[in-house]
Amino acid sequence: MDALNSQLLSLLVWLPVLGGLALLFVSDSQAGLAKSIALIIALVAFVLSLLLIAGFDSSTAAIQFEQKLLWIEAFKIHYHLGIDGLSLPLIVLTTLTTVIVVISGWAVQDRVGHYMAAFLILSGLMVGMFSALDAMLFYVFFEAMLVPMFLIIGIWGGPNRIFATIKFFLFTFFGSVFMLIALIWLYLQSGSFAVADLHEFPISLQAQIWIFLAFLIAFAVKVPMWPVHTWLPDAHVEAPTGGSVVLAAVMLKIGGYGLVRFSLPIAPDAAAALDWLVIGLSLVAIVYIGFVALAQRDMKKLIAYSSISHMGFVTLGLFLTFAIVRSTGDVSGAALGISGGMVQMISHGFISGAMFLAVGVLYDRMHSRQIADYGGVANTMPWFAMFAVLFFMANSGLPGTSGFVGEFMVILAAFKANFWFAFLAAMTLILGAGYSLWLVKRVFYGEIGNDSVAALKDLNGREWLVMTVLALLTIGLGVWPHPLIDMMNASIVELVNHITTTKIAP
Amino acid sequence: MDIKTILLLIPLLPLIGSAIAGLLRHQVGRSGAHSITILAVAGSFALSAVVAWQVFVNDLPVLNYSIYTWALIDGIRFEIGFLIDSLSSMMMVVVTFVSLMVHIYTIGYMKDDPGYQRFFAYINLFTFAMLMLVMANNFLQLFFGWEAVGLVSYLLIGFWFKKDSATKANLKAFLVNRAGDFGLLLGIAAVLMYMGTLDFAEAFAAAPGLTDSTISILGGMEWSVLTFICICLFIGAMGKSAQVPLHVWLPDSMEGPTPISALIHAATMVTAGIYMVARLSPMYELSLTALSFILIIGAVTALFMGLIGIVQNDIKRVVAYSTLSQLGYMTVALGASAYSVAIFHLMTHAFFKALLFLAAGSVIIAMHHKQDMQEMGGLFRKLPVTAVTAWIGSLALIGFPFFSGFYSKDLIIEAVKLVDRPGAGFAVFAVYAGVVITALYTFRMLYLTFHGPTRADAETFSHAQEPPWVVTLPLVLLAIPSLVIGYLTVEPLLFGGALSDAITVLAVHDPMIKLADKFHGPFEFALHGFVTPVFWLAMLGVAIATVVYLFKPALATVIKSRFHWLWSILDKKYGFDEFYQTVIAGGGMKLANLFSSKGDTMIIDGWLVNGSARVIDALSNRLRTVQTGVLYHYAFAMIIGLVALVFAFVLLR
Repeated sequence: MDALNSQLLSLLVWLPVLGGLALLFVSDSQAGLAKSIALIIALVAFVLSLLLIAGFDSSTAAIQFEQKLLWIEAFKIHYHLGIDGLSLPLIVLTTLTTVIVVISGWAVQDRVGHYMAAFLILSGLMVGMFSALDAMLFYVFFEAMLVPMFLIIGIWGGPNRIFATIKFFLFTFFGSVFMLIALIWLYLQSGSFAVADLHEFPISLQAQIWIFLAFLIAFAVKVPMWPVHTWLPDAHVEAPTGGSVVLAAVMLKIGGYGLVRFSLPIAPDAAAALDWLVIGLSLVAIVYIGFVALAQRDMKKLIAYSSISHMGFVTLGLFLTFAIVRSTGDVSGAALGISGGMVQMISHGFISGAMFLAVGVLYDRMHSRQIADYGGVANTMPWFAMFAVLFFMANSGLPGTSGFVGEFMVILAAFKANFWFAFLAAMTLILGAGYSLWLVKRVFYGEIGNDSVAALKDLNGREWLVMTVLALLTIGLGVWPHPLIDMMNASIVELVNHITTTKIAP
Repeated sequence: MDIKTILLLIPLLPLIGSAIAGLLRHQVGRSGAHSITILAVAGSFALSAVVAWQVFVNDLPVLNYSIYTWALIDGIRFEIGFLIDSLSSMMMVVVTFVSLMVHIYTIGYMKDDPGYQRFFAYINLFTFAMLMLVMANNFLQLFFGWEAVGLVSYLLIGFWFKKDSATKANLKAFLVNRAGDFGLLLGIAAVLMYMGTLDFAEAFAAAPGLTDSTISILGGMEWSVLTFICICLFIGAMGKSAQVPLHVWLPDSMEGPTPISALIHAATMVTAGIYMVARLSPMYELSLTALSFILIIGAVTALFMGLIGIVQNDIKRVVAYSTLSQLGYMTVALGASAYSVAIFHLMTHAFFKALLFLAAGSVIIAMHHKQDMQEMGGLFRKLPVTAVTAWIGSLALIGFPFFSGFYSKDLIIEAVKLVDRPGAGFAVFAVYAGVVITALYTFRMLYLTFHGPTRADAETFSHAQEPPWVVTLPLVLLAIPSLVIGYLTVEPLLFGGALSDAITVLAVHDPMIKLADKFHGPFEFALHGFVTPVFWLAMLGVAIATVVYLFKPALATVIKSRFHWLWSILDKKYGFDEFYQTVIAGGGMKLANLFSSKGDTMIIDGWLVNGSARVIDALSNRLRTVQTGVLYHYAFAMIIGLVALVFAFVLLR
């Protein structure tokens, strides 16, 4: 068992990557075979990730399932994988999302093998990124991931896909260059790329601030935070359904994960000095982007803006610690904020994924994403309408769904930091419900809008399956978030302790 | 069965019923759906009655326990748990009883509706949510129940989702409630920050220690923490219990089918705000400022919403404005520290207002879904059961002695007269004036519907007949408590200390202590009720209605044209709707469009990303000519190279 445990993460990274590479050689005439292989690999990876949960000891913040090999000796770069409570939920989210996109991609006609290959490879790379404990290895995965997503949008995307892919690529690439520079500087100073070493390495405040800003640019683009968010709506609109699902459900989380894994622990003093910046941008995201979402006429754009607004809760929750300490004199409440941010990431994975799938269900049938082209869909697709209302309600933070948990915790924690943070964040109660339910009204309610809506067929078995799984997860996490929170708790407490201790060089 | 199993079953039965009726709607069919859901609610009601018996008769001590831990962070326990005392057990009986009546009634009211099973699933789900709300022992679960009833209310107002007016109304209801929840959530956050817990009992224990704490929000303004918390939480109550200015959603909620107007928008959900303030009385007692605020809001609602009821022609809307006004009365009682009286009125009102709504529904069925009272009249002989029960409900509503509403409303008025805090003078005026108004709109409704010559077309009128027993039985079963529940329970509930395990009032300003001296049993109290000014004010209202709407119908037109300015103010409902429509909704949309077109598209993408945008354009122009297949292989070669590098290392090592 130990032998398996130390290889488990590697297996989770390379099984989908190798499987994906193999699929590239399956010809288009054997689409069914390609789909079956992809599904089996995705399911195996998912089951393997459940083994991680089964073997995970949530009482400690220590790294588990660790594997460390020297990779490039000259730069002391290691192939070093391992997980703690912060990365484990995101890895399981990744493997789960992969299963879902493979199933939902069943109807894809064009280059099926390549399509499935891209998603499998992407999945392995994302797991690699979430489990990398060497900064250089992280960077390799972080960059490599761009390629399959770039291709997914560029090949199976909508009419404006080239514009969208390049905008997507330039934004993220632009951000990651700063990260690379920061990592090299850190290596030159500390002589190590090991994330754990960087966490402990003392740095002057001024240097921390530069490092913090460099990381922030890289991760803010990924989250995305205002004002570097405009690539996301374009990417979503052009991406095929599966691409949107992975993009929203997992890829956006890379930004949030980077903040807790790199920005906060490597430059905690800078984070404390500049938390106003992150908090300010988060609140702009929540309120301003909430308004922008209200104005959208394209369903995917609306959900994309809604994503940005909801990710504002992630960044807000993660950066409340210092303001809470300043306001109340102790750290009580800090873990609440960070937990809220983390839960929000997982929850947003379910809900945004489900909403993009829902748009996909409609797009597959009517080839339009325009809200105005619909109306009265509930008449012809009553079961689909039930799921859609559930997911859009979850998106507006309804208690009993996962969408409530993270927002609730972040707002409670924000109140401890500053009344106005909580006040502005709580605006989402009204704005989120506004854009979500207004969309429901325009698309699902009313008399049948036109002949195409009249001809709509309700969900097929495959669509039922993915909607049911996501619905159960959304409700399950909303009704009982304790297991997830417990899984992360030790790591979050450790993180809070770490970032509230100065590491300015003496 | 042990008591905890019983308590768990009470909310779970309707939840299960709802899941079966909703998800297996085709399998169980129409009769299956109503049988299962009715059995579930009947079971809940029976078990609630058992619990209430244990609490009120066998003096079961207060039960306060956790079901499961929802989350545990930073030493804060987020729990799902029950608090079972006199207050919650009484609410459970009221909720399940009215719900059961409405379930039965629905068989008749919705019998031709294609969404039959869905409707039963929703009202079962509602019963679950409402029970979770009233059984909660902490703020988290309260908030869960609070929003869950809001969800079902949304689904039911928009039940006929093809109607644009229905889906406008449900969106409006949800958003206005969210505005209230905004306050509620901030209040809960403040409770957690200052009291360190979300548990009711622990919060009550911590509250007295906070009387001197202040919170600074804007500049140097210092607020008492308790006042801040209480007002924030009350803003939530204003949304749910439709107090001015967050009342605008309730009249529009009448777009939903009538059974849910009775259940949700009269008897139960809208009283959640009243229930919450009573539940939190140990906190509210410590903030006179908050109580004054509540008193004034309640008085404004009681008076001004009642006035609108006089000019409504839609029978359901009259009852809806009446509900707003009565909720105002309950709120006034809360503001006067007479929490037990507020709860008492909540209970009597639940019965007689559910009755009035269901009676209105019965009329609507008989009139083939016409709701305009100007096309009714003379229906007494056609619908004798409906008419008699409506009379009983109406007499209870206007507070006629011996009827249930008499005890609760009279005691509210007496209690308000005894308090001495800012706003009390206005509140006394409002509740007195409200008595005339209530009698006026109630008898106007009775006369226009049941008496005088009919204004319905001959065809409709000749076909009008009493609906089947599933409709009339609930009317009769609700008419009984509307008649007698006040007489039977006023003494134990208000003067026998039956609610004292749940409600805390500081002795210094407890109006009930002084009232107890005046109260010598329900019979004498009601007898005395015939010689009080309140009675004569009600009779004044009845007299006006009798003259104007029964004897001299022409007078109504004369009055309307003479006081046209007043009539148009009332007809426009003081302009709240226009204000929200143009300023809030319109302004919000303007802002949204401005942010979207100017902020995102022009400034960020246009100017900030301008340089790169041009690069993108150039690049994409060039790339468009490249075959996607080539691009694909090229890029994949890139990734294969990168990944192979890492993998080769892992494998070869």
